[in-house]
Amino acid sequence: MAETTYREAVRAAIDDAMSSDERVFLMGEDVGHYGGCYAVSMGLLEKFGEQRIIDTPLSESTFTGAGIGAALNGMRPIVEIMTVNFSLLALDQIMNNAATLLHMSGGQFNVPLVIRMATGGGKQLGAQHSHSLEGWFAHIPGLKILTPATVQDAYDMVGLALKDPNPVLVFENALLYNDKGELDTSAKPLPIGKAKIEKEGKDVTILTYGISLFKSLEAAQTLAEEGINAEVIDLRSLRPLDDETIMASIAKTHRVVIVDEGWKSGSLSAEIMARINEQAFYELDAPMARVCTAEVPLPYAKHLEDAALPQADKIVETVKKMVGVS
Amino acid sequence: MNLTIEKAKEFYSKMLLIRRFEEKCVELYSAQKIRGFLHLYIGEEAVAVGLADALSEDDAILATYREHGHALVRGISAKSVMAELYGKVDGCSRGRGGSMHLFDAKSRFYGGSAIVGGGLPLAVGMALADKMQNRKRVTVAIFGDGAVAEGEFHESLNLAALWELPILFVCENNQYAMGTALRYTESQTDIYKKAESYNIHAKQIDGMDVVKVAKAATRAVEDIKETSKPVFLECLTYRFRAHSMFDAELYREKAEVKEWKEKGPLVVFEERLKDAGLWSDLDLKAIEADIQNVIDEAVEFAENSELEPIEDLEKFVYSEVSNG
Ligand SMILES: Cc1ncc(C[n+]2csc(CCOP(=O)(O)OP(=O)(O)O)c2C)c(N)n1
Repeated sequence: MAETTYREAVRAAIDDAMSSDERVFLMGEDVGHYGGCYAVSMGLLEKFGEQRIIDTPLSESTFTGAGIGAALNGMRPIVEIMTVNFSLLALDQIMNNAATLLHMSGGQFNVPLVIRMATGGGKQLGAQHSHSLEGWFAHIPGLKILTPATVQDAYDMVGLALKDPNPVLVFENALLYNDKGELDTSAKPLPIGKAKIEKEGKDVTILTYGISLFKSLEAAQTLAEEGINAEVIDLRSLRPLDDETIMASIAKTHRVVIVDEGWKSGSLSAEIMARINEQAFYELDAPMARVCTAEVPLPYAKHLEDAALPQADKIVETVKKMVGVS
Repeated sequence: MNLTIEKAKEFYSKMLLIRRFEEKCVELYSAQKIRGFLHLYIGEEAVAVGLADALSEDDAILATYREHGHALVRGISAKSVMAELYGKVDGCSRGRGGSMHLFDAKSRFYGGSAIVGGGLPLAVGMALADKMQNRKRVTVAIFGDGAVAEGEFHESLNLAALWELPILFVCENNQYAMGTALRYTESQTDIYKKAESYNIHAKQIDGMDVVKVAKAATRAVEDIKETSKPVFLECLTYRFRAHSMFDAELYREKAEVKEWKEKGPLVVFEERLKDAGLWSDLDLKAIEADIQNVIDEAVEFAENSELEPIEDLEKFVYSEVSNG
């Protein structure tokens, strides 16, 4: 066990995968000579050379598609897209090719590709660099969507994604890269599609993922001081979703708040609510609630941005209202 | 190219196979046996046949939605293609692809793709993987003149040239993207010049002459295998039919179509063979009968093939096994 940053954990996962499998390579904008726009790939060019750490031009659609082609033809590419906002230029390739080829070809061509991208707001980068669109991608059959929150998951999920025969998108919240935590590279990773109970509780279930996990844990602590015992679940994987863990928790707490950095309308939180309605309606003691990003493109000004994003105090307030304490 | 009688027979038969197969498709479409979008290749057969002549089994093809011809000459059986058009389980994509999405792993046929320009990035990646694994094989990307306006075309050419990838780009310039003539959409209608601007060796060739296409493609494939650099062929051709079965074809003059039909691939080839003194050696009746047979069998096969059970609807969304 060693204390590591989230950034180093992702790097270590890439490094380990590249060392153990010749077919793995990394490509994207600034991943090589610059060292990665979030410094994730710093040092990897020196170690693995230009053949395997490949700087691409600003051609999101084509280098993402090239990742798909290389995966079809026997490689295990990792494509890094600077932020989820730019992935929209590659949406055609992700949606129309990566997600569909296996099915359209009647099972003949699978796409073992990993796409990593930064996501999330909170750094005052304005509306074209701050959005959380992972919930959108989770809409698409054929893709798997992972959202590591912890240092351990940052390491584990990149490794798991590379072993998966399907296209896997890994969303790294940009604010987490400097976070520190314990990393055990020899621990058996929790599989794709499993949620994790980060804090046990009995009064209310808080379902969350990515950076909102930490805001939810902070909220749970505040709530505990007021005698409300919240269970906090890190969903980890948005597609597939771990319905089993979600429903089991609700059967225990009978209340649920979903914290999602996406917008409310048509969001992942909306999907989760629908599933709870279908599968656990009679377990509920109160209407479900959610804390999402305000329905605005993220503003630049700090106070406005803070107000737009889900925050611990909003979670506390929402839970208290639900249990009738506010 | 030394046009032997065997080669002549092969070229002629393959072009005729595509022609007759698609004429049958029109019939079956009218009879509602085939549905969806159906884009015919009639008039462009020389490109697919000439190109196929240059490729070996190891090479890969990525084509568009107008790909019946490429699929057939690549060796996907007429039965398998027809069953796919019928949406049957014995189709090359188990009925999940249809006319626009033919796939076949055995013949390294990677589509069948219906997003204009969308296959080009995949070709870049396929070729990149070959280069990384030191395999001497060629990836062929086939696309229409319409694709040239898409950003992915430019991104892909740039990357292929920059990374020196073994790709053969084949632009089937049939002068129209759906109903819009190239002159209304491109500032530069000589498409090969765009490729040249990316430092790619590029040629414009007569796409109505199967021998010319075969020659140019063979030369291109040799160059690519030797230099591991991309080559670009712009094949000037023409589709004799409408864009798809839904197209009333109001955008072009009958006289223009007629003019091109007069230089159709079968007509041109006939002249060539006559010049070479080989025409009378072709047993046309036998060829026609063989092809009729292949098509009849394909239709019968498709008619009798099963539908995929509905219980299997959700199959092939996620893979359990890894390739390679
Ligand atoms: C990205 C995209 N835009 C639009 C279309 C609709 N569309 C289908 S075929 C076509 C024309 C393409 O023309 P071209 O590339 O010249 O190929 P051709 O049909 O002539 O073989 C268009 C616009 C599409 N399928 N994909």
